[in-house]
Amino acid sequence: MSSAKQEILDRIRGATADITTEAKGVPAPTGTASPGATPPEGIGPETTPPGTAPEAAILDRFAEAVADYEARVLRVHESNLPDTIAQVLRDVDCRSVIVPDGIDAEWTGSLGTAPEVVRDTPSLAAADLDRVDAVLTASAVGIAATGTIVLDHRADQGRRALTLVPDTHVCVVRTDQVVADVPDAVSRLRPDPRDARPLTWISGPSATSDIELERVEGVHGPRTLVVLLVSA
Amino acid sequence: MGMPAFPEAAEEALGKTQQRHNLHHATHTIRAKRAGVVGELDDWQALRTAGADAKDEALAHLADYLEQLEENLTANGATVHWARDAEEANRIVTALVKAKETDEVVKVKSMTTQEIELNEALREAGIDAWETDLAELIVQLGGDLPSHILVPAIHRNRSEIREIFLREMGQVGRAAPEDLTDDPARLAEAARLHLREKFLRAKVGISGANFAIADTGSLVVVESEGNGRMCLTLPETLISVVGIEKVLPSWDDLAPMLQLLPRSSTGERMNPYTSTWTGTHDGDGPQEVHVVLLDNGRTHVLGDSIGRQALRCIRCSACLNVCPVYERTGGHAYGSVYPGPIGAVLNPQLRGTASEVDKSLPYASTLCGACYEVCPVKINIPELLVKLRGAVADQERPSAESAAMAAAGWVLSDPRRLGAAQKAANSVGRLLGDRTIRTVPGMGAWTSARDVPTPPTESFRQWWARERGTQ
Repeated sequence: MSSAKQEILDRIRGATADITTEAKGVPAPTGTASPGATPPEGIGPETTPPGTAPEAAILDRFAEAVADYEARVLRVHESNLPDTIAQVLRDVDCRSVIVPDGIDAEWTGSLGTAPEVVRDTPSLAAADLDRVDAVLTASAVGIAATGTIVLDHRADQGRRALTLVPDTHVCVVRTDQVVADVPDAVSRLRPDPRDARPLTWISGPSATSDIELERVEGVHGPRTLVVLLVSA
Repeated sequence: MGMPAFPEAAEEALGKTQQRHNLHHATHTIRAKRAGVVGELDDWQALRTAGADAKDEALAHLADYLEQLEENLTANGATVHWARDAEEANRIVTALVKAKETDEVVKVKSMTTQEIELNEALREAGIDAWETDLAELIVQLGGDLPSHILVPAIHRNRSEIREIFLREMGQVGRAAPEDLTDDPARLAEAARLHLREKFLRAKVGISGANFAIADTGSLVVVESEGNGRMCLTLPETLISVVGIEKVLPSWDDLAPMLQLLPRSSTGERMNPYTSTWTGTHDGDGPQEVHVVLLDNGRTHVLGDSIGRQALRCIRCSACLNVCPVYERTGGHAYGSVYPGPIGAVLNPQLRGTASEVDKSLPYASTLCGACYEVCPVKINIPELLVKLRGAVADQERPSAESAAMAAAGWVLSDPRRLGAAQKAANSVGRLLGDRTIRTVPGMGAWTSARDVPTPPTESFRQWWARERGTQ
């Protein structure tokens, strides 16, 4: 096996023998701009620090772009969040909802006994997840330019399977988690070398256009996506 | 492979009216969507440059970045394997699957595993590899070949798909419902139910990767349907076969790439799902993660200072959708999993130009340049095609064309010879009348792709002599 590695690396070094520049390697950490490497406008790292609420125009753009993907978007004040969550779950005829352990207990405060709240401790088998109607999660980042929400699967978002197997995903995005564009999101989501998290970028419900290019929502992931954009 | 060369395959494809109609509709629809979302970004040209630069940096120092990638993958709990060619990669994957004591795997759509014919290799070892992308499922159940990078079953109609599902699904798992219609939503639902059974029980998932990031050890898969997430998340073991050219130097390079790729391929601002993972993650997803780094001819392409730009390709398929040749012939005519303009430059470089099909591919183009315009990583496909044509011409023995050209030079250099030759040609013209000439013996390659004009019955000199000769 190591001989294959050596042979491939040797082939590569032979094939690139004409190149005389040095590898740029790992760039300077975000925030310490390296001199002479000014990225083109719109490609560089973010300017809005995390925790700062973005301008109203960016939030409007985010809501529009998410709705463009046939996802439902509701803008709510945090005081109304529990009632809105209960209403949204009733709207989709949900009988059971799985809730990651790290989620704010208040969010499910208005649910009462219906739908049934399911916990993922211990981790449910995939076949058991398949019997749950919906999942409620927080998120890590929202991207205005593309209408994307990104999960980094911390305790308030659960492991990746939770937002994949149930048919409805209700996702809470705080306004201060919304960034303008993809470069902002990429720099905010760089994996921590000591704690590299998996990421799931979600733009609307699952979709296919494989049959005569006719768009069909929901092949394997959730067929319904509801995004709750929450302001403080 | 006994694939016919492009001209024969294309001629056959041109006769398929329905396929031409499907392709025209598909390529024009995606083209228009792409133009719309590209127009939303005022820095598109700067993004293309950033994308091309990131790939060039990775390719220029590929050995360094691959070693960095391996180090970061290993530090995060993944196992890295290296494969010199298709056979070695297939052997590694087969052994890994067998070690898990299972006889089936679920697969994410992957050009790389198609290139190495992994499904066939697994089949020989008694392992069923289930394709889970809807289009790939249609292709697999239909015993067919993909015809487009992005929408592999674009040559199939909804009614054909319904028939395939009704006939084949029951043979390999959950049958399609008996009352299945050809409504795309019903067909997608049938695929959802059929595949969910397989996702929930699979022990091993197999994927490729769109990007492999050296400075973090993260792999990235971009998809729409969620079948990718199913394969990447639910099985206990995940094996990813990654071409060595998929490396990006830095996490930050995702910023241009995640803007360029979805807009160029499906014409969306963003694809529905993108997954990134960095080795294994405690309690989340596969706890055994393998990455097979594949050469299979890529180092050969890398060795050509002009040709190496083809390795920038991010498999978006934008070049297919604008190509006037692809639009009329479809993907099968290219005799490879990489069709269209990028296939015409990539295949002869990866496989060499010994076979008839690879020799013919550099000519499968009008050199109109549209593919270069849309390429998100600025691969100069027309430049590469011309270069490859030169390489193919150089390796050929003196041909009928060059003999004919030499003869033409001899005839044209002397007025008397020209007059005699024209007289001879005119008799041919009088004999043929108005018929179109499709082939000339001994001039096969030149004339089989062009209709030869019928020779006139009279040359200009003869006309002049007849009309004005007395003046």
